[in-house]
Amino acid sequence: MSAADTRDERLAHFVDDAPFEPAAEVALTPAQERFYMASQWKLMWWKLRRHRIAVASGIFLLALYVVAGFAEFFAPYELQHRDRRFIYAPPQSIQLFHEGRFVGPFVYGMRMQRDPETLQPLYKEDPGRIQELRFFCAGGYRGSEYAFWGGLFEGDFHLVCPARGGTLFLLGTDRLGRDMFSRILYGARVSMTIGLIGIVLSFALGIAIGGIAGYYGGWIDNIVQRAIEVLKSFPRLPLWMALSASLPVVWSPIWIFFGITIILAMLDWPGLARAVRSKLLSLREEDFAVAAQLMGARPPRIIGRHLVPSFASHLIASASLAIPEMILGETALSFLGLGLRPPITSWGVLLNEAQNIQAVVLYPWLMAPMVPVILVVLAFNFLGDGLRDAADPYK
Amino acid sequence: MFSYLANRLLVMVPTLLAISALVFIIIQLPPGDYLETMIGEMKARGEAVDLGQIESMRQQFGLDRSPVEQYFAWLGGMLQGDFGWSFEHRRPVSELIGERVALTVVVTAATIIFIWVVSFAIGTFVATRQYSVSDHIATLGGYLGLATPNFLLALVLMYLASEWFGLSIGGIMDNEVRELPWGWAKISSVLEHLWIPVIVIGTSGTAGMIRRLRANLLDELQKQYVVTGRAKGLPPTRLLWKYPLRVALNPFIADIGSILPEVVSGSAIVAIVLNLDITGRMLLEALRAQDMYLAGSFLMFLALLVVIGTLISDLLLALLDPRIRLGGGTTR
Repeated sequence: MSAADTRDERLAHFVDDAPFEPAAEVALTPAQERFYMASQWKLMWWKLRRHRIAVASGIFLLALYVVAGFAEFFAPYELQHRDRRFIYAPPQSIQLFHEGRFVGPFVYGMRMQRDPETLQPLYKEDPGRIQELRFFCAGGYRGSEYAFWGGLFEGDFHLVCPARGGTLFLLGTDRLGRDMFSRILYGARVSMTIGLIGIVLSFALGIAIGGIAGYYGGWIDNIVQRAIEVLKSFPRLPLWMALSASLPVVWSPIWIFFGITIILAMLDWPGLARAVRSKLLSLREEDFAVAAQLMGARPPRIIGRHLVPSFASHLIASASLAIPEMILGETALSFLGLGLRPPITSWGVLLNEAQNIQAVVLYPWLMAPMVPVILVVLAFNFLGDGLRDAADPYK
Repeated sequence: MFSYLANRLLVMVPTLLAISALVFIIIQLPPGDYLETMIGEMKARGEAVDLGQIESMRQQFGLDRSPVEQYFAWLGGMLQGDFGWSFEHRRPVSELIGERVALTVVVTAATIIFIWVVSFAIGTFVATRQYSVSDHIATLGGYLGLATPNFLLALVLMYLASEWFGLSIGGIMDNEVRELPWGWAKISSVLEHLWIPVIVIGTSGTAGMIRRLRANLLDELQKQYVVTGRAKGLPPTRLLWKYPLRVALNPFIADIGSILPEVVSGSAIVAIVLNLDITGRMLLEALRAQDMYLAGSFLMFLALLVVIGTLISDLLLALLDPRIRLGGGTTR
């Protein structure tokens, strides 16, 4: 072979005939890929999951809603059951050991004595009477029968029952001998739904009014803004008081319930309407909104189908922050005796009994419904904070 | 400044008109009027009802006129300092509410000052020690303070005071001085009783304010001018006082508009629990008894308190914050 030969024989231009995959060049780890491909809601869920307290609060609230939904099963006594032998009886505490010997969960029976001077009944725990608790039991004692959800079916199956012939007042009894613990569980049903129904109403109002104001702008916007300012400058509670005092006395308790819910929602929408409005004002200039408009979509469709979903996550977050305010509002009104009326029982109605300070000093367990109120409000606040942080997952 | 003030006052007029219309509608909402309630009560007691007398009372109070006429009569009366007649107490409303209104203003103002002082101290303290133990405690306490409704807090405090110290903490003044004319004894008695309602009403506002001040101050502390100051060798305290704290203080004044309605709301219900002689209980009773002019005057006054408070906060903000242009209102 000569040198000239090698000069002629050039290297052929190399072309790889395997198809080119740019994705293979920019190597994404599976974790990264999962992150970039995830939908907005999935990202929010991941972000929320990192917020431990918010998740714990969510689970707590969910559990509470389950308990409230099946209050008949979880509560040892029926809502209206009175035990005339135990008026203002103090709480019985659950014990495990009797004189150093393990017996399993039980309470000591109570014995009634009368104060020799005032003749007030006094209840003492009697260490001689051990009343073992029964679990998953078919009642068979007074106050055990219930009509599930006001008459869906009748039953007397409970999570926990007092011993036969015994009592189980975990949080004491009230002035009619009704078990406070059971009543708090039943009260959860009303207190926790009033927030949900109220927020649905207030959402409907807020999105409709804020949507109209933000979408149309101009004088409609001006009027709505002024109305919101007037409503906001009004101290809320006195206005709630005045409105609920104006509900007709002849209404049945169930109508009062709906009336109060509407009143609560009526003062809650301004904040939401304002948020919706400001979001809409900025979003309606976006290309996708203009595109929808050019395709001939009408305003309700543009607002409802295109604009609202793009900030729905913010709405959910502000809802979970608004629910506790409604729960507190209902509690305050019922506490003052202006809100719900018995036989409808909420935590506020129960607290109404604690309005008299003399009674509270003698029977401090009347204040017990305050604990679930504070816990629920705290949980909703934590959950709301977590949701608000998660609402903008791209940050 | 004067044109700004005049402008703001002018804007207040339609707001107050709208509020007065709203109040009037609300107090007119319950079916029937006070006289009908009275007739019902007299019948229930078996007394003879003198229809002629009722009719003359109805004319005297203008209850036979149309609601619109009644509204303008009420509005005109209020402008001249005549707040109408309390059916329940059989006295002019202005005689009944005078002292209560003054005490409400005192309690509200004291609460706002309490919120400022406490949240300033705690907020500055925890913001400069982010993620320390005291910061976490303050955050937790803040959540609890926000979640505990003030009337329940009042109830718990009253219970504890009577359980531990055997004393009653209710009331805004001692019973002995109640009938005395206003003088030093009465004022000092009020001051002695003031702190409990102030703490109870102010807790949630303080918690919220601490949170806001902390967030604001943390934002400011990261900015470059702070780093520059530190690099220059300014002592930390002087640096803090001189620049970031002043900027972070804005919400103290700007947020009055949102805190004031809460404080006024809170004072209404706490007054009922703590048995204070401010608006609370009398408003509640007036609402229950359909004593419309008394209830209406209270509602009107509470709203007025908020509106004026917001006005003052806007003016203060305009004075203190050079970034706010006063012309904004007229040339927007």
